[in-house]
Amino acid sequence: MTDQSYNFAYLDEQTKRMIRRAILKGIAVPGYQVPFASREMPMPYGWGTGGVQVTAACLVPEDRLKVIDQGADDTTNAVSIRKFFARTAGVATTERTDEATVIQTRHRIPETPLTPDQILVYQVPIPEPLRFLEPRESETRKMHELEEYGLMHVKLYEDIARHGQIATSYAYPVRVEGRYVMDPSPIPKFDNPKLSGCPAIQLFGAGREQRIYALPPWTEVVSLDFDDHPFEASKAAHDCDLCGAGHSYLDEVITDDQGTRMFVCSDTDFCAGRREAGHQGRLWASQPEAAE
Amino acid sequence: MIQIENLSKYFTMHNQGGAVIPVMAEAFLTVASGECVGLTGQSGAGKSTLMRMVYGNYLSAGGSLRVGDVDVATASPRAIIQLRRETLGYVSQFLRVVPRVSTLDVVAEPLLVLGAARDQARDRAADLLTRLNIPQRLWPLSPTTFSGGEQQRVNIARGFAHAYPALLLDEPTASLDAANREVVLTLIEEAKARGAAILGIFHDEPARERVCDRLVDVTGFTPRVAA
Amino acid sequence: MTVMENISALNTPLLQVDGLTKRYGARIGCADVSFDLWPGEVLGIVGESGSGKSTLLSCLAGHQTPDLGRVRYEDRDVLAMAETERRRLSRTDWAYVHQNPRDWLRMGVSAGGNVGERLMAIGGRHYGQIRETATDWLGRVEIASDRIDDRPSAFSGGMQQRLQIARNLVTSPRLVFMDEPTGGLDVSVQARLLDLLRGLVRDLGLSVIIVTHDLAVVRLLAHRLMVMKSGRVVEQGLTDQVLDDPQHAYTQLLVSSVLQV
Repeated sequence: MTDQSYNFAYLDEQTKRMIRRAILKGIAVPGYQVPFASREMPMPYGWGTGGVQVTAACLVPEDRLKVIDQGADDTTNAVSIRKFFARTAGVATTERTDEATVIQTRHRIPETPLTPDQILVYQVPIPEPLRFLEPRESETRKMHELEEYGLMHVKLYEDIARHGQIATSYAYPVRVEGRYVMDPSPIPKFDNPKLSGCPAIQLFGAGREQRIYALPPWTEVVSLDFDDHPFEASKAAHDCDLCGAGHSYLDEVITDDQGTRMFVCSDTDFCAGRREAGHQGRLWASQPEAAE
Repeated sequence: MIQIENLSKYFTMHNQGGAVIPVMAEAFLTVASGECVGLTGQSGAGKSTLMRMVYGNYLSAGGSLRVGDVDVATASPRAIIQLRRETLGYVSQFLRVVPRVSTLDVVAEPLLVLGAARDQARDRAADLLTRLNIPQRLWPLSPTTFSGGEQQRVNIARGFAHAYPALLLDEPTASLDAANREVVLTLIEEAKARGAAILGIFHDEPARERVCDRLVDVTGFTPRVAA
Repeated sequence: MTVMENISALNTPLLQVDGLTKRYGARIGCADVSFDLWPGEVLGIVGESGSGKSTLLSCLAGHQTPDLGRVRYEDRDVLAMAETERRRLSRTDWAYVHQNPRDWLRMGVSAGGNVGERLMAIGGRHYGQIRETATDWLGRVEIASDRIDDRPSAFSGGMQQRLQIARNLVTSPRLVFMDEPTGGLDVSVQARLLDLLRGLVRDLGLSVIIVTHDLAVVRLLAHRLMVMKSGRVVEQGLTDQVLDDPQHAYTQLLVSSVLQV
């Protein structure tokens, strides 16, 4: 039920129009960080205020919203945001990737392939990929303007010099359509290949940093690397212990004080879907109650 | 090779009331290839001044001063740099080098500047240092720490490293013992034999007798007192 | 570079500066400065603090925009150039060595990363090759190859300055701007740096514009010398000629004021 005290999706219409303009500009210039007048939201920074504002600007009453945090639909953050929009916009919600029209995500891309009628909204803590090496905003803007991206490779060089390989495992920088270097938000680098050629619209919102950027459908996104140290979309070398999937991103779960551990899909909806379809992992038969 | 006509020079001392001190007027001099001309005259008569003017170290006030095709009196700095690299060598009494550079490299440098291979340049430098009796154990050291006589010989080796068509020698045998003096005079004779034009100052009279074909007294170039 | 290339390259100036003027309001930064710089040539600029030599250098390098005048690099008008092109030039063909290396090195990045940055900026994408080139350049500036993964904060001042030089010269620039490169270094380190710079000029055919107030440094390094006072060039010529037979009152004062060792 829509709470009548709020405008549709919490934000007032003028604010949503302002955000939509930023989104359209972002879509027109893929990977470019568009400044926008980020509003105070009724949740702390770091909880996805940027993503929430982008979602609010995108939602229409017919939408079906899914919210995931680290792949899971049932964590505090995901539940709070889903409830927030259920209350302020009255939209339907779902945990199923293939049923959702708008998906707000923190730190993951769903395993289930997205479709052209979906929008994926990322929560972004630090949108500037050059920030850790160049603290001056004036200078990083100039570097984007002039495509001076040598510094990104310095970061990767330092990784290899120190660890013998590119140790960056999340928020792995990408180049969009051969132009802007972009921070894909802290998704694991396993998800990077899914950014490229994606049929859905991908929108990125950074509330505290007041930036919105976007990837229109079918955009080419390339992960930066060296010729002799190519990019690898790595994951734990295991199958999911619940659904047996061998190609999904896994969370490691410690199950007792003796260090016993299990690996499970980080995408809870994907894992449940596979089990419904009859797939079984190593530990599934022994604990069927986990299906509840 | 060296042709000086109607050359003049004065110094203006801006910080001493703008005093103008004329030091040279109506100087005429020629040095042909294969010839050695000695400058004479009392101390302060202008021998060193003339040498420095030929090298482009002092500006000329008037007249012309040709070394090969270049009029040093009017040439651009760039032309003089080129001249000094390829055509005109100078053995001064003072050694001015970057501290901590080895003696071998100091002597090889004129050849390296001309694009010679490092090995060849060092071989040539080693030859000269051997002839001038600089002990091999000193070669890797900087000459800035050497005695006066040793520095003088390093300077000579450097001046003779490249076969300059024209050479200026400022007291090349001063502070040398008999054996080294003989080596230097032989070097000068060899340079003459290959056709170098040499202009020099020699206080050492027997040396002057031996290598100079002509003597020119610079006292004749002193401006008349009327100035 | 072979002798033949050397000679043919000498036929046109690398940098032509004509009537360069920069004012700060009513005050003159530098006024009506003109000169040509040829390949393989080292030009020294001396003068007391505030004489406009650093202003001139930063105008030439495009860090500041002059009010009047022209700067041509080969056949290109530097002042009319788009910033993209000028910045590309400044990380390929040009280099700028600053007095204080700490401000211009990336102190949080290893020595190898500092040297490799320019290579990566112009498209170097092979880690092994970048590292090899960086090792080679550290050797040229006499930094041991086992320091390649150390950060510059662990280096002495002299090493930092040499690292800055390697970082700048790794792309084999043709024109190097130096602002007091030996300032603040103790004399033995200074001598080593001078020898290094002379060798690089000779072996790579670099053209250098070096701003300093140290007359001993320019005597050993510069072919030609420009003396500046109150923003204007009062005298220029062969370095040893300007120092030994100075014509302008200010130069005479400058030369006679140097303490003899």
